[in-house]
Amino acid sequence: MEPQVRMRDALAFFLVVSLSLLRRSSFALSHHDLQIVHAERRIDLASHIIKVFLTLKVENTGTSIASEVLLSFPPNQVGNLAVLKASAVVGKRKKKAYLSLDVKPKLPDGPNGAKYFSISLLNPLSMGESVALEVLYILTHSLEPFPAEISQSDSQLVYYRDSAVILSPYHIKHQTTFIKTPSTKVESYTRLEPTNHAGIELKYGPYDEQPPYSFSPIIVHFENNHPFAVVEELVRRVEISHWGSLQVTDCYKLIHAGARHKGVFSRVEYQSRPSLSGVSSFKNLLARLPPRVHSVYYRDEIGNISSSHLRLDSKKSELEIEPRYPLFGGWKATFVIGYGLPLEDFVFESPDGRRYLNFTFGCPLIETVVDKLIIKVILPEGSKDPSFVAPFSLQQRLETSYSYLDVVGRTVVVLEKENVVPEHNLPFQVYYKFNPIFMLAEPLMLVIKLLEKFQSVLEQIRVIRQLT
Amino acid sequence: MAALDTANGSSLRQAFGNVLAFFILVLIGIIAFSIRLFSVIKYESVIHEFDPYFNYRVTQFLTKNGIYDFWNWFDDRTWYPLGRVIGGTVYPGLTLTAGTMWWILNSFNIPLSVETVCVFTAPVFSAFAAWATYLLTKEVKGTGAGLTAAALLAMVPSYISRSVAGSYDNEAVAIFALIFTFYLYVKALNTGSLFYATLNAISYFYMVCSWGGYTFIINLIPMHVLLCIITGRYSSRLYVAYAPLVVLGTLLAALVPVVGFNAVMTSEHFASFLVFIILHVVALVYYIRGIVSPKMFKVAVTLVVSVGLAVCFAVAAVLLALVASSPTKGWSGRSLSLLDPTYASKYIPIIASVSEHQPPTWPSYFMDINVLAFLVPAGIVACFFPLSDASSFVVLYIVTSIYFSGVMVRLMLVLAPAACIMSGIALSEAFAAFTRSIKFQLLGQSETSQSDPGDTSSCSIETQNDVAKTNKNEDPIKERPSKRNKKKEKEKEKQKEKEPVEKSSMKSQIGKRLLVLPLEASLIALILLVLLCGFYVVHCVWAAAEAYSAPSIVLTSHTHDGMHVFDDFREGYAWLRHNTDVDDKVASWWDYGYQTTAMANRTVIVDNNTWNNTHIATVGTAMSSPEKAAWEIFSSLDVKYVLVVFGGLVGYPSDDINKFLWMVRIGGGVFPHIREPDYLRDGQYRIDSQATPTMLNCLMYKLSYYRFVETDGKGFDRVRRTEIGKKYFKLTHFDEVFTSHHWMVRIYKLKPPKNRIRGKTKKSKSKAGSASSKRSRTQKRNPWH
Repeated sequence: MEPQVRMRDALAFFLVVSLSLLRRSSFALSHHDLQIVHAERRIDLASHIIKVFLTLKVENTGTSIASEVLLSFPPNQVGNLAVLKASAVVGKRKKKAYLSLDVKPKLPDGPNGAKYFSISLLNPLSMGESVALEVLYILTHSLEPFPAEISQSDSQLVYYRDSAVILSPYHIKHQTTFIKTPSTKVESYTRLEPTNHAGIELKYGPYDEQPPYSFSPIIVHFENNHPFAVVEELVRRVEISHWGSLQVTDCYKLIHAGARHKGVFSRVEYQSRPSLSGVSSFKNLLARLPPRVHSVYYRDEIGNISSSHLRLDSKKSELEIEPRYPLFGGWKATFVIGYGLPLEDFVFESPDGRRYLNFTFGCPLIETVVDKLIIKVILPEGSKDPSFVAPFSLQQRLETSYSYLDVVGRTVVVLEKENVVPEHNLPFQVYYKFNPIFMLAEPLMLVIKLLEKFQSVLEQIRVIRQLT
Repeated sequence: MAALDTANGSSLRQAFGNVLAFFILVLIGIIAFSIRLFSVIKYESVIHEFDPYFNYRVTQFLTKNGIYDFWNWFDDRTWYPLGRVIGGTVYPGLTLTAGTMWWILNSFNIPLSVETVCVFTAPVFSAFAAWATYLLTKEVKGTGAGLTAAALLAMVPSYISRSVAGSYDNEAVAIFALIFTFYLYVKALNTGSLFYATLNAISYFYMVCSWGGYTFIINLIPMHVLLCIITGRYSSRLYVAYAPLVVLGTLLAALVPVVGFNAVMTSEHFASFLVFIILHVVALVYYIRGIVSPKMFKVAVTLVVSVGLAVCFAVAAVLLALVASSPTKGWSGRSLSLLDPTYASKYIPIIASVSEHQPPTWPSYFMDINVLAFLVPAGIVACFFPLSDASSFVVLYIVTSIYFSGVMVRLMLVLAPAACIMSGIALSEAFAAFTRSIKFQLLGQSETSQSDPGDTSSCSIETQNDVAKTNKNEDPIKERPSKRNKKKEKEKEKQKEKEPVEKSSMKSQIGKRLLVLPLEASLIALILLVLLCGFYVVHCVWAAAEAYSAPSIVLTSHTHDGMHVFDDFREGYAWLRHNTDVDDKVASWWDYGYQTTAMANRTVIVDNNTWNNTHIATVGTAMSSPEKAAWEIFSSLDVKYVLVVFGGLVGYPSDDINKFLWMVRIGGGVFPHIREPDYLRDGQYRIDSQATPTMLNCLMYKLSYYRFVETDGKGFDRVRRTEIGKKYFKLTHFDEVFTSHHWMVRIYKLKPPKNRIRGKTKKSKSKAGSASSKRSRTQKRNPWH
């Protein structure tokens, strides 16, 4: 009973909000002449990373030429937005092609804190023209476990909150929303006719002629036992050695971000009834490492963790790791995965004489969200003018670190990004200038030091001989 | 011409010998280091066992916060709520050594972690210890014996057991310090040099910093000095070797916070002072004898002796009274148990409960020093031919260490270097004797064929030099001249060498030839000796690889489908570390205290530094009480989690159920309501259906076997090899919050106290009053109703 009451309250609140939005929208952006003829939204709730595919057909009904299309998001979604990609559909049927478009956040904010992102079109729309757009956006941390604490034998239920109609600054003529749940077990969902639930799919709509800034909140309460693996912080150290290897060290702070585990953990139930007990917990994770990986280790601050399997093949390496204990909701674990890679697979020489590292951004663990990812590219001692190229915006700074027998220290390019999902696993490049003579600095230094040592010992012996 | 040639040859040979000895020593060092790496190769580079985890944690603190914070460190993570002053209660030698090594490496930008440095400290220092053994034995019996002893020590199993990579304990550096101190003492004694005596005091200081076993040094050296005085071997060299050690050494020792004024106030140190006084008296007597005529001297002696005896008796009486007035007679428990082996088991269960404080068995001698046990007597005999100051010291060392090792297994470690030295001497003497007789026999044959001995055949030169060498070695032993004399003698020797060397060597050749053994016998004996050494090496490698390299926090078992790893301890500790609040208190038996603080970073109630018996007894009492009483004890200590180690599922024998009787004993020692007989059925400790109800209801039983029966339906305990007595029960005051994969670590949380519901008592009363005959009857049993 109680959740339903709460849901009703929430609904009422959102309705009020949306009404006020409606009223204000009439004068906020009335100069817009665009309208959406047809919109289809597919929300995939299968894991804790929510993927939304939006298909829009935008038409220019006004007189002025429009070069950008705005997307708007409610403020609570913007914070969790990990990826936003848009592409234009060109051609029809079999000749369909997708051209990716530039997406930028746009100020000022819309009414009630709605945030805008603008899609710049390739060809500006003149009067009467229309364009088909495909938008993909990914949300993280948007499933709220309810109940927030579960015991070992319970399965995990979560809330998903969204609007039944698409929040948009434009008038939408015709729209439908499909929500895909991981299983058929849906506890409850907001009905907003026409609403249809069949199998693992919930259909909201079709709704016709929705004015700009329409918002009708819905809540879907469903079972999701997918492991909610979240890496709170991942520090990746990529150390380049021109002696032929690339040493990668990944330090993970892992947490199970699902419903918190409550009370007793009984090993006997966990071991004897694996299908019933701890269904939302996870025992192992899969890390995809580059091919030709060698000397892999997996340990934490108190030593080696002996439960891991490495499968090597020519295209990729798969490392299956088990944390020391199964992770239930709210449980944490920290560990380090380190490995070596052949240098020639990752470091190349560019035509202008500079060298560059071509490495994959993102987290090697599949299906995980990384709250904060820090990549430290440690360039060899003596390298100069570091710069980087990445397919998305990053925070960047420089550091200096000292390693084996360094004198001036190594330049470290630190790249930071928050809210990283597997879609961010794209290559990035770090360019630097390096003179191979520096490779010999350390061995030469060792040799000189040793020679000096011998010399001094010889002299000492001579002095002692003279004294005696 | 020939003589000049031989002189040249001998110096060349000596140089060659030195280089050879140097390389042998380097190899010995490498062996000593690498034989201890089995644990890293077979398992991993990890800190072992219990105490090393504490040392590791202290080292981490030292490297992070610096030396001054280290001295002032008050650790609130342990002995809750008492805490522990780490800086004042720890022997800092090991930590400072490893911390310095780490600091040096890091200042060269070699980024080794503190853990790595700690893991490899022990192997590095065992190489040093082997070299120190070489130096000591060389002082006693020459280079050959030194090299043999060093090689033996590099791989003696007893020492390996305490110094494999990862075994980061005090003994790792202390054995080196012990041997090196002895070496410097013997060196000072042989040379009479104040330089070595001062070095000796500094080395003694390092030993005091490193290990409580320094009392062995400060008792053994005075004993030797006394022995020298009694046997009439007093000399100024003895005075120089001993007096600075006592004065400087005691001053330096008092600088170590953990020793402090103990250096002058406890009985363990009194022997050195007494001998110090005696030495001065003897020195005075010798001095007076030197300046007074014999007659006067006699008169003076009788006078002094009569007065002195009276004073001595008075002082001794006062001292005795003082010492006797203290309850333990001024001796600490561990030292008392050394003198009276049955002391600990009688009075201090906490000392007796540690397995390494038990007397060793005969097999453990064979295991730990192997063939050395047979070679030692031969070595002792060799030390008496001839008996010098140095060799008498080694004899005294072996005799006392044999006694001590018989008291405590742990002190086998002190015996090991002595046994190595003795065996080294024995082996090298034996080899020398056999090879010499072989050589002489071969030479004898060749001499008959060759008429001219002056025509330097390499063989003859070798033997001659051997003889010359032994002469040289024997010279200083007979009577050590002072340095100046020595120089003169050297010059003389050089002159001598030019001509009469041949004559003397010929003479001794003839003398030696009388002792020659038959060729066949010596050949066979040589082969047997080599076989014996081979057997020793094989045994040592086996011991290092199989017996002593297990880190004890990771266990492995070999099944038909490969190796299976039991990593439950770290699983449990990691769980505690990441999933409990940082200030939660964890109660467990004291064995796991150090590991919990180091690996789980949680506050513990008791740990392996068993300084407060009452506190340990409180935990022991809680473990042996029924659930409710235990809950009350634990919650009065702010405990939130209770950790027990349980081996019944996989057959891990050293679990808490097997240690449980010690908890009862220690708990009962302070809290008399815990009585050992209550837990025993007819004097037998059992947990099956024959067990006593007290046993089956105590907390330890319940926490260990909670829901154990559901694993196999019978509750068969694989360690005790029996079905458990009480199979189905519920916990009322504890919640199971974590059990590791193989059930070896089980962690329980104390349930929060139940809310008192107002009116509940009233209700039940009215209910009881209204009807329900059963309840009223039970209430009527209450005499106060």
